[in-house]
Formats: sequence, structure tokens, C-alpha cells
Amino acid sequence: MIDTLLHLVLVLAMPPLLLGVIGKTKAAFAGRVGAPFLQPYYDLGRLMRKGIVLSDTTTWLFRAGPVITLAATLFAALLVPLGRHAAPVSFEGDMILFAYLFALGRFFTTVAALDTGSSFEGMGAAREVTFSCLAEPTLFFALITLTRLSGTMSLTPMLHHVTPPVWVATGASLLLLLTGLFVVLLAENCRIPFDDPNTHLELTMIHEVMVLDHSGPYFGCILYGAALKLYLLGALFVNIAVPFALGDGYLDWALFACAMLALAVAIGVVESVMARLRLIRVPQLLVAAMILTAFSLVLVVR
Amino acid sequence: MLFDMMRDPAVLVLGAIIFAGCSGLPGLFLRHGPLGQQLATAGALCSCLVALPSIVWLLLSGRGGSFLLEWNLPFGPCEIALDPLSLFFLIPIFLVFAAGSLYALGYWPAASRRDSERSVTFFYGLLAAAMALVVVARNGALFMIAWEVMALSGYFLLVTEHEEAEVRSAGTVYLVASHIGAAALLVLFSTLRSATGDFAFPAAGSLQLAQGGATLLFCLALAGFGSKAGIMPLHIWLPSAHANAPSHVSALLSGVMLKIGIYGILRVLSFVPQRPLWWGALLAVAGLTSALMGICIASAQKDIKRLLAYSSIENLGIISAGIGIWLIGEGTGNPRLAYLALAGALLHLLNHALFKPLLFFCAGSVMHATGTRDLDRMGGLSARMPFTSLFSLCGAVAICGLPPFNGFASEMLLYLGFFGEARAPEPYVALGAPVLALVGGVALICFVKLYGIAFLGAPRTELAARGHEAPAAMLAPMALLAGLTLLGGLFPQLFLALVNPALSALSPAGAYPGALPVRPLWFAVAGGSVIAMAAALFLALRLKGRSLPAGSGPTWGCGYLRPEPSMQYTGSSFGNLFGSLLAPLVRARTRVGVIAGVAPPAVQLGYAPEETVLDRMVLPSVSVVGIGFAFLRRLQHGVVQVYILYIFATLLLLMLWVH
Repeated sequence: MIDTLLHLVLVLAMPPLLLGVIGKTKAAFAGRVGAPFLQPYYDLGRLMRKGIVLSDTTTWLFRAGPVITLAATLFAALLVPLGRHAAPVSFEGDMILFAYLFALGRFFTTVAALDTGSSFEGMGAAREVTFSCLAEPTLFFALITLTRLSGTMSLTPMLHHVTPPVWVATGASLLLLLTGLFVVLLAENCRIPFDDPNTHLELTMIHEVMVLDHSGPYFGCILYGAALKLYLLGALFVNIAVPFALGDGYLDWALFACAMLALAVAIGVVESVMARLRLIRVPQLLVAAMILTAFSLVLVVR
Repeated sequence: MLFDMMRDPAVLVLGAIIFAGCSGLPGLFLRHGPLGQQLATAGALCSCLVALPSIVWLLLSGRGGSFLLEWNLPFGPCEIALDPLSLFFLIPIFLVFAAGSLYALGYWPAASRRDSERSVTFFYGLLAAAMALVVVARNGALFMIAWEVMALSGYFLLVTEHEEAEVRSAGTVYLVASHIGAAALLVLFSTLRSATGDFAFPAAGSLQLAQGGATLLFCLALAGFGSKAGIMPLHIWLPSAHANAPSHVSALLSGVMLKIGIYGILRVLSFVPQRPLWWGALLAVAGLTSALMGICIASAQKDIKRLLAYSSIENLGIISAGIGIWLIGEGTGNPRLAYLALAGALLHLLNHALFKPLLFFCAGSVMHATGTRDLDRMGGLSARMPFTSLFSLCGAVAICGLPPFNGFASEMLLYLGFFGEARAPEPYVALGAPVLALVGGVALICFVKLYGIAFLGAPRTELAARGHEAPAAMLAPMALLAGLTLLGGLFPQLFLALVNPALSALSPAGAYPGALPVRPLWFAVAGGSVIAMAAALFLALRLKGRSLPAGSGPTWGCGYLRPEPSMQYTGSSFGNLFGSLLAPLVRARTRVGVIAGVAPPAVQLGYAPEETVLDRMVLPSVSVVGIGFAFLRRLQHGVVQVYILYIFATLLLLMLWVH
């Protein structure tokens, strides 16, 4: 009971902090002080109080899009275990629901973008669906590898199966898998090198350009949903990358939270040392990630 | 006596089939007014209302019926039987037939389409009845007769608008492809007859053939029924046929007739007790290839109905893949895999029979309102067609296989089958999961494009700006189908209850676990919570929005001061990024005008996806064959006297041969 409560608190409250940590890391690399760690929370609070400007072209879907996306992501948040604790909702095949809830969110984000009738937002929507479609098989290859290793088809036992002895036995495969998942994490959450959340040029954006016309609380929903998505895919990554159990429930929670913050620092480092890829290179990198995870499967079959 | 018979649901189902076939007859004699069409629709609804409850009752109670018709034809006794497999396939036939007949009242009204309405109404009923007869026939000859009636009424429906050259050529390709398939079936049934000594179908699992004979049987079934089901590369007739027929006809062709091909494959498979493993492997690979290729080509289309037609190839590919995996599961003694794959395939079949007609109906409403099938000329229809837009959204989400709609339930079963195989020593079957995920991703591209470009944004042309909502007769069937897609997504166990009897009919030992590895309750919990959370958030933000300052204005044009609707992303440009990755597989012709001079005049850009297999491979080879056969044409010159001479010569030769 207390674990379920902690799961909910963590998953609801922590995601914006990751964005703050990423921002601070990038600022440190650039030699700036940077915005405070809690800046994303302030931003969300401000957006919730701001007025709403709606384009004349839009319909109810423009307002429903962010809301449905957030609802789908919130349900997905119940399916991922955080650290060594079981997820509140867990059943055979829940990882498929997990992947498809993100797809549902993507459907409504892109449809809401097309609702504005702007060519830039159409462009962003086309890029989003294309790149995510290429990232999908990578995630499924990774899930197959994990199913094979653990013999189960549910996220909680699957991820909890990954322990230090399993790492010793199948380290190479898990390393490939993690690389693939990290690429998916960056691509799905529109981080550098796939997309630059802070660019100023609409022509080169993917995710940001889709939400140009959203404002006020609706934009807040989008930002929060995006942070939550980063958190969930990050939790998937961290569960495999940090396979340690400390034995004590509360210490495990603390370990998980620290690991998530470390992941945010890692993303910040990647964003600081890499340049954005040219758009035509993005599919190649995604296919490469797919091949990596496919090899991770081959390694455990052998 | 008669009353007692009428209480037998099996008799009621047969009566409904005959009634459906005759529903268009009165209209042929009523020359004026809409009475004929109204009678036909009433007949269709009645037959559906009588048949569907009887079918469901028969399926759930596990009963059936078998009838022997006396006829004088030399094909042996003519048997008609209702077993769970037949009953299962009758459900989409009656449902889509009734929905389509109602839709036709608004879409193809007698008032404005008097010249073609009578034949469309008549053949619509005939097509439904013929499909139902194919499904219940247990005699090869009766099966072929019904099959031909089905193919030909499909042809006459398809060429309704025969003034247009495109429609005529689509009809010809359909007719030729359909008869090549029928030829394979004739050989199939003759082979069966020579093996069993009778045209009657052998009982399930009772056909003992030499290995070569069984292989021949399977290949013939795959050629004959596979071409009807549109499995690649036998799909060439399908896209143009489904695009050029009137929309309620496309709904019946795409939503139901393709599945009759699947029925045929399943029926023939049920005869054979031992199915080699490679049959399953072949079907699975062909199915997954056709799913992936079909949806990739769909993503390049800009004709709304052609896109839907290619997506049918995708969905039928998924269904055939499921059947193939079922065979693999049976062949390797893996009841879990066999159950999940076949249940997934049949559930997907039922689901596809709901959302594909729904989307064709929506496409019909859009064409009704705008007069075009070209996505690039639409836009902003949501404002003028709110209900059609809502139902299309349901259909689009369902066909992408997203929760909380029914497409997700069937794909989930297939995924569970694939993932379970990841634990096998050699996890080849598990590789289906990433392929299915990729198919799902591309389907998302297609249907975001279809829905977003047609219904959202600003109208791209005058046609789209003048769009209007469809009449109630067209909206009612759409609402029904949309409701069923949601119901099937939240409570898949309702549909699975109809699927399970058909499964037990197909399994030789009846040894399926019967229970899903996932509790169906989770579908309702997940779907229900997403819907509830979204609704609560939506209302909360609406309430909050009241207290906040609000404004409205034009869409942000990134600093450009005079944005025009024609500057929006079109369907072609939306699909272009993904299309560029598929360049060798999916071809498109792009025509660009030359921009020259200081003040260039208006220049046009044209984009047309190509039918690569048909245009580059089939048609050229057919024309080569045509040259080869030119000399035969000399025998056919129209001189009656010489024809009589032919007859005499033939008779003489036959007599000599007999003597």
C-alpha cells in the first residue's frame, strides 16, 4: 500500500525535475549558472494561470489532443515498476499496452497538430509519426530479449529479473539492448541528437513545432506529459541499467531516484557534447538502434 | 408443421439468406419512386434482425443444422450445413449487408440515381446472399455456383459508374483476376472429387491424401482463395476495385468479401488431418509480408478509398499470418500458440469487418459532401461534418490497433502469441512481434494522414469548403459500427465468445486452453480509465479556462503574414517523408512544371503513386500473351455459317471418339 502510494507520488511529482537537471547540466557545460532545478515546476505553474489563445481553424480535437495524450501517459505510468518495487498494475502482456498507450498519445498529439492547418505543424507531425514508427521495432526487440531472459510477459517480473548475476551471464546482450533503448529514449523524447527542444527555427523542429499553437493550461498538459514520458522510458532504462537491490524498501526508492537523476545528467551530457543530426540521418540512426537490439536477441538465443 | 420449422433457428438463418437474396427483386419491377429501395432496405434489416440473433444463439448453444437439398444436377446430393465456422462468417455478412443497405438510402438514393439504383440494390442483396451461400455450402458444385454468383454480382456492383474509363478498367482487372482464382478452385474441387469420389465436402480431418495430393490441394487453395483475400502478390485487382465501387459496395467487398477467401482457406485446411509445418510458415511469411507491404503502399496513397483498400491488404495479411502461426503452433504441439494465433486472427477478422466498413462509409460521406476522393483537395471537414468526423476518428483509432478500441484486443492476442515464443529454444516466431509493431507504426502514419488531412485544418478547395453533413440514414450505420468498435475494445470477451466456438470447430482434438493468458477485465480497466481520466481532465480544463483570459486568432504562421489554406501540409507531403525511405519499394510519379523567367506563371506539381506490380509487371506480360493469342482471334470472325460448321465438326469428332 505504502509502496503504491510512493509510486504514485514519485511518478506524478518527479518528472519535471529531470528536465531541470538536464537544463542545469547543459548550463554547466556552457559555463552558465543556468535556471534553478525547480524551473520546470515554476513554468508549469505559470502556464496553469495563463490565458488560452485558440486558433480559429481548430476544433475540439485541438483541446482534446493534449488531454488524451496525458491521460494515456498517466495510465502507462501505472505499468512500469520503479526500481525494485512492483508496479501498481501488472498483468500478462502489459508491456504491449505500455507501448500502445504511447502510440495512442502520438496519434492525438499529431492529429491536434494537423488541426491547426499550419504547414509547420503538419511538417512536425509527419516527422514525429515517421521517426516513432522506426523506433517501435527497437522497443519490441528489446522486450523480446527481456521476455526470453526472464520467461515472463509482464514488465514488473521482466525488469526485476535483471540482477547482477544475470548481468554477469548476459552482459554483452544487455549492453546492446541498453544502447538501443537509450537511442529510443532520446528519439521518443525529442532530445539531441534527434531533435532540439530549444531551437529557435521552426523548420528544423519535430516535437516543439507540433505544439506551437497550444497555450496556457493545455500547453502545460503537453509539457508535463512530455516530462512524464521521459520519466517512464527512463525508468525502463534505469531498471535494466541499475540491477541492484539494497534489501531495504526505502533505500531502494532512494537508489532509484538517484539513478533517475544520474540518467538526466547523462542526457544533459549527451545534449552538450553532440550536435543535432541532419534530418536525413535520423532514420539511419534509428535503424542502427534496431539492429543493435536485434543482435541482443541473437546473443541470448545462441 | 411449418410453424415448428420456423422455430428452428437454423431454418430461420437459411430463410434470412433467401430473403436477403430476394430483397432487391421488387425494386426491379417498381419503375418509379423510391419504394423499391425502401422495400429492399426493410428486407435487409429484417433478414439481419432475424439472422443475427439466431446465429448468436446457435453459436453460443453449440448447435448447428444440416439440410439436404434434392436436385437433379449430376453433382451428388447437395448439402447445406451450419457449423460454428460457417455461423461465425455469417455474422459480418449480415451485419455489413444491413448497415450498407441502410446507408445506401442516403448515399445512392433512388431519387437522384434512378438509372443505376435498381441494379445496385438488386445485386447488393444478391451478393450478400451468394456470400452466405458460399459459407454454408457443403458441396463443391454448389460452392462454385455460389462463388460465381458472388464474383459476378461483385463485378456488376463495381462497374456501376461504367461511364468512366477508370471504373471499366478496374472492373476488367477484377473480372480476370477473379476468374483465374475461380479456375484454381475448379481444379481444387475436381481434385477433391477424384480423391473422395463425391462432390460433397469431406468431414473435418477425414481426408486422407498422399503427401503430394495434400500439397497440391493447399497450393490450389492458396491461389484460389488467396487471390480473393488479396494476399500479396495476388492483390493486384483489389485496390482499384475497392476504390472505384460505390462506397457502400466497397464496404461490403472490403469488409466481408475478402474474408470469404479466408473462410475458404480455413475450410480446406479443416479437411486435412495432418498439415505440414511449411504450410504454416508459408502463410505466416506471406501474411506478414503482405501486411507490411500493404500498409507501406497505403501510406503513399492520396486517394482516400485506395488508401483504405491497401489497408485491407494489410489487415488480411495480419489475419493470414495469424492462421499461419496457428498451423505452426499445431504442427509443433504448442496449444498455447495455436490458440492465441487463431483466436487473434478470427477476432481481428471480426474487428476488421466492423472498422473497415465504418471507414468506407465515412469515405462515402466525405465523397458525398465534396465530390472528390483526393485527400489533397479536402481539409476542414470536421467543422461542417461533426458526426462523420467523430465516427471516422473512432474508425481510425480502431484500425491503428490502439486502445481503447477493438483493433487493440486482437493485435494483443497475436502479440501474446509472438512473445510467448520468445521462450522457445529457437524463437523464430517471436520475430513476428517487431514486424507487427512496425506495421502498427506505419498504420498510424496512414490514418493520422487520412483523418488529419481530410477532416482537420482549413479547407484546401472550394469543394471542401462547401461540404455538408450526411443524412441520418448514412449516420445511423456509422454510429452503430463505431459503437461496436468501442464495445469490442472495452469488452473483448463478448466477441471472443463468438470466436471460441469457431475455434473448437477447427481444432481436431478440441484441445485449446480456452482461457486467455490475460484477464479480459484489464481491457475494460485500461480503456475505461484512459477515457475517464481524459474526460475528467478535459472538463477540468474547460472549467479552468472560464476563469482565465481567452483569445482567438489565426494560426501562428511563424512570422509569415499572409498564410493561405493551400500552404498547408497535404496528404502527399505528409506521407512523403516516410515514402522517401521506401523509394525502391513504393514508386510515385512526380510531375514538376518548369519555373522560368523573371515573373513565372502559375506552375503545377503533380503527384501520383504507381501500381508497380500491375503497371510494370502484370499488364506488360498480359499484352505479350495477347500478341501470342492474336491468331486465335482469326477463328472468331462473326460469320455465322462458319460457326455452324464448327459445331458440326465438333459433333462429328465427338461421335467418332465415342464410337
